[in-house]
Amino acid sequence: MSILVYAEHDNNTLKAETLKTVAAAQAMGGDIHILVAGHNCQAVADAAAKVNGVSQVLVADNAAYEHQLAENVSLLVTELAGDYEHIVATALTTGKNFMPRVAALLDVAQVSDIIGVESADTFVRPIYAGNAIATVQSLDSKKVITVRATGFDAVATDGSAEIVALDKATDAGTSSHVSDELTVSERPDLGAASVVISGGRGMQNGDNFKMLEGIADKLGAAIGASRAAVDAGFVPNDMQVGQTGKIVAPDLYIAVGISGAIQHLAGMKDSKVIVAINKDPEAPIFQVADYGIVADLFDTLPELESKL
Amino acid sequence: MKVLVPIKRVIDYNVKVRVKADSSNVDLTNVKMSINPFCEIAVEEAVRLKEAGTATEVIAVSIGDKKCQEQLRTALALGADRAIQIDTEENLDSLNVAKLLQKVVEEEQPQLVILGKQSIDSDNNQTGQMLAALTGLPQGTFASEVKVEGDKVNVTREIDGGLQTVALNLPAIVTTDLRLNEPRYAKLPDIMKAKRKPLDVKSAADFGIDLSPRANLLKVTPPAERQAGIVVETVDELVEKLKNEAKVIS
Repeated sequence: MSILVYAEHDNNTLKAETLKTVAAAQAMGGDIHILVAGHNCQAVADAAAKVNGVSQVLVADNAAYEHQLAENVSLLVTELAGDYEHIVATALTTGKNFMPRVAALLDVAQVSDIIGVESADTFVRPIYAGNAIATVQSLDSKKVITVRATGFDAVATDGSAEIVALDKATDAGTSSHVSDELTVSERPDLGAASVVISGGRGMQNGDNFKMLEGIADKLGAAIGASRAAVDAGFVPNDMQVGQTGKIVAPDLYIAVGISGAIQHLAGMKDSKVIVAINKDPEAPIFQVADYGIVADLFDTLPELESKL
Repeated sequence: MKVLVPIKRVIDYNVKVRVKADSSNVDLTNVKMSINPFCEIAVEEAVRLKEAGTATEVIAVSIGDKKCQEQLRTALALGADRAIQIDTEENLDSLNVAKLLQKVVEEEQPQLVILGKQSIDSDNNQTGQMLAALTGLPQGTFASEVKVEGDKVNVTREIDGGLQTVALNLPAIVTTDLRLNEPRYAKLPDIMKAKRKPLDVKSAADFGIDLSPRANLLKVTPPAERQAGIVVETVDELVEKLKNEAKVIS
């Protein structure tokens, strides 16, 4: 039995979440191969070769995969799928985008966003925005699975897998990349940060999010936001923490002016320590917070920054 | 240009979800049901394309029992021109839904299919991509902007770390993210008018597709509860606790 894990990367860096996806694959049981599909992505292949528990790194380095367009990548993975019983990707934007295409091309269902592995065919996943946890048994001979990385602990990186170059160039020719507009930030990625500070509707406007920056700098934190803050237009959607945004589980999560809608809690309640700053003592966020301060955030934030 | 908008009837997003005592599933008896919020955004986008003169006809389709006609009427009130209900009592998984939709696409030949990126019940985020694979069409998932230009559509996508724009040959599949638009409220005259718009009913069984389930739902349980902690009085106390008790900062 073999498992193919799709590496999440940007042609330069292997995303830390892939290490957690490999941990999920190990729980399924089988020989693990990693697929790196990209262009000029040798650095990613080298990093993938060091991931523990991986026996082979397959590298499809071709212009057709430069932007990992779903149309092209899904054809590649489908071609390779014959050798594998499990095809596994991280539930980040790339995996979420192409994996259901692979499943449909293979005529199998997909089990999305798993947070636990019970056996080779039985998986645990949140439904209803995390308000219920389902245990599902896949009946298909091939399992196509996306993994919610926060559900697993990363494997170590002192391995040495064999790197095998693939000569593939599956280009569907129906789509093309136009441009990327990426948020440039010195701060860590939301998904990988050990500390996250997020603002909600209580921040009142986008400018006030600058008040979080000083604290984020001192703590080496990433800055997030609630859906309410995104909906209100304070900040872009890539900062959204929640069921419909990013799922995070840092060591420390600081929720500022966030009431704690179920939608938001689904994205951060697995954090190790949660701090809530909110002037409403009845806000539901206090029911999940380890430490709460009932106070006006415009007083608390400057004081917190000065005392860190 | 014809636009097809598949929509799903789901638990209203304001309703607190309860798990059944026998752990068999979520309890949906006497619960308020609505159009899935991402599907509502899809309807709105299609209607805006029609208002802009880009689309000529907007067709809403839903798969489910008779009750999903309510949500189809909502789509009609929002501005869709006609609706199709594919009747089934079964709760189908995404692949089977995509297979039924593939047949509708073959029949209707839309230039654009706009779907919600995920439903807020099963949270699968699969149907749009699967439909794209089955029809062999390109996809623009998690869209925050959709621009039709000639025989292409440019879709700006919400990705980790920012935005990505892709150009897709038409026909194409688009799935909606939150910021694509803010759906309108249906006005009373539109709700009245929607009652007279055409709504065709077709039986899922007539499509000749094997719709047997691909997975067993073994159990559904409530999530682990997190215990509430303590309320501290001052910032000094908070910093002290984080340093010495939780040991998460130094």
